[in-house]
Amino acid sequence: MSEQAENIISNDLKKIWDILAEINDPEVPVLSVLDLGIIRDVECIPDTEEIRISITPTYSGCPAMDMIRMNIRMALLEHGYSHVSIQTVLSPAWTTDWMSEHGKEKLKAFGIAPPTAKQQVCDIRLFHQGEAIPCPQCNSYHTELISQFGSTACKALYRCLDCQEPFDYFKCH
Amino acid sequence: MTEFDSTYQPVNQSTYQPFNQSTNQLINYTLHQADNTLILGHRNSEWTGHGPILEQDIAISNIALDLIGQSRNFYQYAAQLINESNPNSSPNGGGREGAVGTASEDSLAYLRDGWDFKNCLLVEQTNGDWAKTILRQFLFSNYQYLLYEALLKSEDQTIAAISEKSLKEVTYHLRWSSEWVIRLGDGTEESHRRMLLAIDDLWKFTGELFEPAEYEKQAAKAGIGTDISLLKSRWQQITDQVFEQATLPKPSLANEGWNRTKGKEGQHTEHLGYILAEMQFLQRAYPGCEW
Repeated sequence: MSEQAENIISNDLKKIWDILAEINDPEVPVLSVLDLGIIRDVECIPDTEEIRISITPTYSGCPAMDMIRMNIRMALLEHGYSHVSIQTVLSPAWTTDWMSEHGKEKLKAFGIAPPTAKQQVCDIRLFHQGEAIPCPQCNSYHTELISQFGSTACKALYRCLDCQEPFDYFKCH
Repeated sequence: MTEFDSTYQPVNQSTYQPFNQSTNQLINYTLHQADNTLILGHRNSEWTGHGPILEQDIAISNIALDLIGQSRNFYQYAAQLINESNPNSSPNGGGREGAVGTASEDSLAYLRDGWDFKNCLLVEQTNGDWAKTILRQFLFSNYQYLLYEALLKSEDQTIAAISEKSLKEVTYHLRWSSEWVIRLGDGTEESHRRMLLAIDDLWKFTGELFEPAEYEKQAAKAGIGTDISLLKSRWQQITDQVFEQATLPKPSLANEGWNRTKGKEGQHTEHLGYILAEMQFLQRAYPGCEW
């Protein structure tokens, strides 16, 4: 491929990543799809106009994924990219480790406790008291788990015993 | 026949999927996994809006959602396999809904009849009360955890990938349902009594979990599946531990004593018909509908 062609592709790639940074999670609109870490790859296929985007779902049943796919397609179309194929990649499985630090800060500001820095997948020990999750409203660690299943597939429900507010926690996954 | 056979048999033209006797055992194997999670997901979703308390209504609905998501992954793979082996389907598989000879996740979930479904009998049993529902979940999630753990090593990349994802979710289901078995078993006199009734109801369906159907045997031989009979002792061990904490008696081992089987081969209890009538009504009454 000529150097000129390579430059065109890398400019396009940058533009596309910038477009993707504007696409937000429909459930948690402060997070972009890049913050979530669900965009695995963007490829401009040489000698064609095709853009191939690889995404990975957070949870198997996440209903936002279909909407995100549609939003990606529409955003790229608005910017003139009409030949877009979106592939779903299941492996390696998405993990909260792929969430950006900036994303975690935005979550907390939005009122959702971000996944803890110490990566924990679901602890199989029954009735085990996990790591304390700080309240996003008042920062107290005096909080308790109400249910591992919250308002969406990715969240658990907690209650702060100091400020008395309930809050969602983005589960480590 | 000892070879893993992937020759294709004609497809039921109104449902775009092979009959039970399909010689493509990978398709059957994938459909079995998808049917298990779809039917259990659907059963759990029957609690939505009717749960005993709000947080548990949400919990069981989330579990249903996880399960249906797992179904989608398996059905999409099954549709791809069916279309790849069907000379009539559109060139890039998973083609337009309604095109003759093209299967999709929707046609597989909504247009097949009871005898085509390959789910085990446990997941189609009625919800009963909360005790029966959480016990059903515990017995099945325990099995699913061990199954997906084994399938991480599947020679089939897609099955391994789906298992990797699903295992994380099933870990939450297993923990949730185990805790409920203990809460209700070691709870009040009434909750304990209801747990005993639930065990009476459901235990006879646990044997089937460890008796492989022909397609499971073939898949295991090909390194794609796993020998589920080997999962039984670990499953029993975990069940015993939880039942002991729950002050519940240990029933006789699965496969000893009387067991209902053959759901995996399309012979179902009366319940599946009612489930499908409700679940599939819209798609069958208004074929190809969209909104």
